[in-house]
Amino acid sequence: MGDLFSLFINSVFIGNILLAYFLGMCSFIAVSKNVDTATGLGFAVIFVLSVTSPVNWIIYHGLLAPGALSWLGYPDLDLSFLKFITFVAVIAAMTQAVEMVIDRYSPGLYATLGVFLPLIAVNCAILGTSLFMVERNYTFMESIVFGAGSGTGWMLAIVTMAAIRKKARYSDVPKGLQGFGFTMIIAGLMAMTFMMFSGITL
Amino acid sequence: MQLKSRKEYQGILVNGLWSQNPVAYQVLGICSALAVTVKMSTAIVMALALTAVTACSSMLISSMRKIIPSNIRIIVELAVISTLVIVTDQVLKAYFYDISKQLSIFVGLIITNCIVLGRAESFALANDPIDSFVDGIANGLGYGLILVVVAFIRELLGAGKFLGLQVVPGFLYDLGFQNMGLMVLAPGAFFVIGLLVWLKNSLPGISSQKK
Repeated sequence: MGDLFSLFINSVFIGNILLAYFLGMCSFIAVSKNVDTATGLGFAVIFVLSVTSPVNWIIYHGLLAPGALSWLGYPDLDLSFLKFITFVAVIAAMTQAVEMVIDRYSPGLYATLGVFLPLIAVNCAILGTSLFMVERNYTFMESIVFGAGSGTGWMLAIVTMAAIRKKARYSDVPKGLQGFGFTMIIAGLMAMTFMMFSGITL
Repeated sequence: MQLKSRKEYQGILVNGLWSQNPVAYQVLGICSALAVTVKMSTAIVMALALTAVTACSSMLISSMRKIIPSNIRIIVELAVISTLVIVTDQVLKAYFYDISKQLSIFVGLIITNCIVLGRAESFALANDPIDSFVDGIANGLGYGLILVVVAFIRELLGAGKFLGLQVVPGFLYDLGFQNMGLMVLAPGAFFVIGLLVWLKNSLPGISSQKK
């Protein structure tokens, strides 16, 4: 239990998927203008990550990993090179399924999250988390916790960023730096703040 | 399908490389631009891999553009791109094993790199295959240009090296020169890109940045 908790804290703060591994930058820059939309997208990312990470774990270890198909009589078969295309397909299918489930059971939530779900299918944070999960050899439980933790970290970063950009709207930024450049500098300062956590061991 | 004059291809190349540079101007594909730029060698390999994937995927998608039904085009595009990325990944593993280890998951993330999908959507679906191929190369190289510049700054300031060779002379270290550790870490990448964009916007000949 303690291990899982420390993995969660680790993936939220120290190994923040956005500020330490730069995943999901495109939507981070594009959607961080408004706190409400940032929160909506953040929840959608947490949700999709907590689902796709374990599903991809099952598919990878059940079908693709070297030797996974030994029960079919192919002990030497290594299909792990297919992981990219499989993961992309799973992510696209899962976002579609999640969208339909939310639409059916919670119209209120759908009104807030609905527009973001198709965007998420091509968010590199989602694919990146699944690939990290394979590369770091997480167990099934760890893959769930890592997915949820990464999502939480991503949401924390984008909501903070949206709040800072709102406050910075009236600041006097040099002309060439306005827009993208300024956002990158803020992101750099945020990344420095998050690095502060790296001294913490749990 | 006809070949166009040399001038038109030059126009496409200049657009992708400089005036419509995908990273600095259209803000696409920065995820990997930040992550692989600690060293020159990884940046160059990544840039070549992305150029190859973008050029080939644009060409393939463009040659299929009349038979892809528009409501499932994203899935078709993703399938084409993923296949090309798998091929690229296998080639890198076979010939540049060390570098492919260092790039780790970022080769796979070319799939979700907005540049590839963006060029497929905005250029390849409306132009013929050869134009799209040139456009893919131009955008890949434009991305590579930013990557190499950022990597150059980060490797030089962060480790005192260029392509793995020590270029900052030893006596400077004796005089108290120190490597700038910040550049190797994540925040350094953000600062370098932010400042580069500032520099680019201040140079002449660039249309003003939209907010």
